[in-house]
Amino acid sequence: MNLAKLKRMRVIVSLVFLFCTALVFLDYRNLIPENIISGILYLQFVPSLLKFMNAVGLSVLGFIIVILLTLLFGRIYCSTICPLGIIQDALSWIARKFKKKRKRYYRYSTPHNLLRYTILAVTVLVFLFGSVLLISMLDPYSNFGRFMTYFLKPVVVDANNNVSSILEEFDIYALYPVLLTKVPFKILIWPIIVLVLVIWLSVTRGRLYCNTVCPVGALLGLMSKVSLFRIGIDGEKCTKCSLCARVCKSSCMNYNEASVDFTRCVGCYNCLTVCPAEAVKYLPQTTGITRSMNWKNTGHIPESDDKPDKNKRTFIKGSMAFFLGMAGMKMIQDTPVNKKPTEVPEEKEFPVSPPGSCSIENFNDQCTACTLCVSACPTNVLQPSFMQYGLSGIMQPHMDYHSGFCNYDCTICTDICPTGAILPVILEEKKLVQLGIAQFIRDNCIVHTDKTDCGACSEVCPTKSCHMVPYEGSLVIPEVLEETCIGCGACEFSCPTTPYKAIYVNGNAIHMVAEKPSEEELTVPEGDDWPF
Amino acid sequence: MTCIRIIRFAGLYIQTSTYVTYYILFRIILNSLINSEFRNKFGKKVVISRVIQDVYIIFKTRSVMKRREFFRKSVGAGLVTGAALSLGGYKKIWAATPVSSEQFDLVAVRGGEPGVMLDRGIRQLGGMSTFVKPGQTVVVKPNIGWDALPERAANTNPLMVQEIVKQCLNAGARQVYVFDNTIDEMTRCYRNSGIEKAVKDAGGKMVPANTEGYYSEVKIPGGKRLQSAKVHELILESDVFINVPVLKNHSSTRLSLAMKNLMGVVWDRRYWHSNDLNQCIADYATYEKKPHLNIVDAYNALMRNGPRGVSKSDVTNMKALLISTNLVTIDAAAARMFGMEPATVSFIRKADEMGVGSTNLENIKISRINI
Repeated sequence: MNLAKLKRMRVIVSLVFLFCTALVFLDYRNLIPENIISGILYLQFVPSLLKFMNAVGLSVLGFIIVILLTLLFGRIYCSTICPLGIIQDALSWIARKFKKKRKRYYRYSTPHNLLRYTILAVTVLVFLFGSVLLISMLDPYSNFGRFMTYFLKPVVVDANNNVSSILEEFDIYALYPVLLTKVPFKILIWPIIVLVLVIWLSVTRGRLYCNTVCPVGALLGLMSKVSLFRIGIDGEKCTKCSLCARVCKSSCMNYNEASVDFTRCVGCYNCLTVCPAEAVKYLPQTTGITRSMNWKNTGHIPESDDKPDKNKRTFIKGSMAFFLGMAGMKMIQDTPVNKKPTEVPEEKEFPVSPPGSCSIENFNDQCTACTLCVSACPTNVLQPSFMQYGLSGIMQPHMDYHSGFCNYDCTICTDICPTGAILPVILEEKKLVQLGIAQFIRDNCIVHTDKTDCGACSEVCPTKSCHMVPYEGSLVIPEVLEETCIGCGACEFSCPTTPYKAIYVNGNAIHMVAEKPSEEELTVPEGDDWPF
Repeated sequence: MTCIRIIRFAGLYIQTSTYVTYYILFRIILNSLINSEFRNKFGKKVVISRVIQDVYIIFKTRSVMKRREFFRKSVGAGLVTGAALSLGGYKKIWAATPVSSEQFDLVAVRGGEPGVMLDRGIRQLGGMSTFVKPGQTVVVKPNIGWDALPERAANTNPLMVQEIVKQCLNAGARQVYVFDNTIDEMTRCYRNSGIEKAVKDAGGKMVPANTEGYYSEVKIPGGKRLQSAKVHELILESDVFINVPVLKNHSSTRLSLAMKNLMGVVWDRRYWHSNDLNQCIADYATYEKKPHLNIVDAYNALMRNGPRGVSKSDVTNMKALLISTNLVTIDAAAARMFGMEPATVSFIRKADEMGVGSTNLENIKISRINI
């Protein structure tokens, strides 16, 4: 097989993946069916791993496929599947077009192994101790998701709204405008930091982010040490022309010593394409060809001899990370917090986590804040939280009943969540999932204060748990039936009082099952006579 | 398990190829669209490519002006040459004054399917051509407030709306627009109510109403609590306005009828709720842009748990329909149909007191039709 074809294939497949993944986040009309969305995100490493750990079922095996691919061919995930990796490639490709010729090329550099494995170890440890905080901050897929939802989707929606308003002038109402809830700046701080870092590193140093910061990159890098197929340099054929190192985004081609740091290789196959002497090979390691090429002919020390040393180092780093992790735990462990003791009317005891998340704790443990659900939610009720869940849950979405309410007949978020933080719920079950219970504050209510009819809360209640009961004169005032309330927040959203609502939903730390609203037989007097 | 994996993988690859195909199709359509010409509702020829050229200029002026205004102003400045819309002639708003029936103040039909009852009832008033003249634009305002299926009777029956749109177009209407300021998310309401499809099939246009840009502030001189409201531009601009509520129970106003349905043409409903809801409903009924025709759909009536309803058990198949040109008359009759005295419904009583119409059904001409 022509090795040049490998690179072309990689480029095509990666662009398809990038396009599809981006589309999933930008699909503001929910046009893509849920199962296709899960298909597109099937191979995303971290979400798939988390979903698997939540014991959802063995059908979630995307990460195992990725591991197998890595064990066979190296970090294919990083080049072709990881959306953040692909945009880095695209950025550095564009940047190279504008650079001076001398600066246009990469060169070999030593790995930042200490930093790299420390980040990995700390992330893993913090995760093992029960917080996904670092995973959600560093996971490339989740970061990509946040870029899409926070930075690109508003642009797309704005474009849609502008085009639709122009088309309407010509009496074409094919595009409806879309409303977006503005994300507070404090939520955007971390995504901006990562975006700047990613752009800067990819423009100047290729894939340095993936080989230093990204924990997935580090983990797959460790695995690729034992990959079946590896890239190696044939010391006999190599003319030391340096072309391979110049095109290597990972800076891992050490042509002087005819060795390749395969832990950093993201499998972009640029080197295979450019080598004029056909000295760069991509062959099974067990055939012995690579072995002879790499070590015997160049007289270089076999890689296996390096291993004990590295293991020792990783161990030291690991234990260091352990203590770091332990230190961090104290801050993280106390979620969800009781913000206030009960009986404080305006303050919610718990935030409301989305339907299907089962409990706030489960949600906090699984969600990597990729914001796919935020992007897909048709009513904008899912909004990123800041400190509502505590530090560990930063950026994770919560039900924000000031920007919308949960549509009674909708299960989109439960169907698409790739990490298993929101588990699939069938519609009939979802209608009974009690996210929280509405609390009525009579002293804030219009009916009580103004002595006029309102009933906005009862009007929108899908289960009529918030119903109107006689008050003074002919007035009616809301009353909440807690058994059937599902905490959808329609009442809270609709309540017109300011600044505090007269009705609000207090989240359930553990989701409950509400009673089904009663369906009594309707007694209607029969008859065809006219009442007038 | 293997099966699921294979299916998921198949899905992955199928979608990959589908999107490539979609993209190619999209480009083909885009190219043909850009170079295509068509006539707009004002009869002017429009070339899309020219419009796109002007979009940039419009964007620059966009932020300071209102959605409709910015376009008009840029048009006025002669920036959009290809699409020079003469909006002057468009201002003949309400040229057609409400046509009251010669014979009947109220038509009540019972016992048929929605389309049949409507056709029969309208013929009693002299046919749709009494209300819609050739070349006029019509706006139909059904109740599409909820993301609920037609049989739940939370929204107006789609067949009823479809028949109205058809009749208007048959009467020579240039265009029939349908919209509602929905309470649940708009696209879901439009889709699941069945009204979007019904209207499009009949040849009408579904119009969005989910952003403030569609609404213009108007004064309501007769209002006690509601002196001004932001009203949807189509209500202000269309020649004929047809109000099509559904007969429903309502948790706080007791009933949701023709006057209550007009809450869906204004933007800020919260103000109504916090400023004496019943009075605001009556206040808005005094506004000069009244419906030319009110049609209460009581084919399926929501008898309790209104206005949204909880399940199908709240619905009764009443198979009835009311038509009137007067808001209070039709609401009074509909209240009776529901089994309530009009005077006990606060907003009907208030509108009567403010002179919008009479709740007295004894002295008016009623046509009662049993199919």
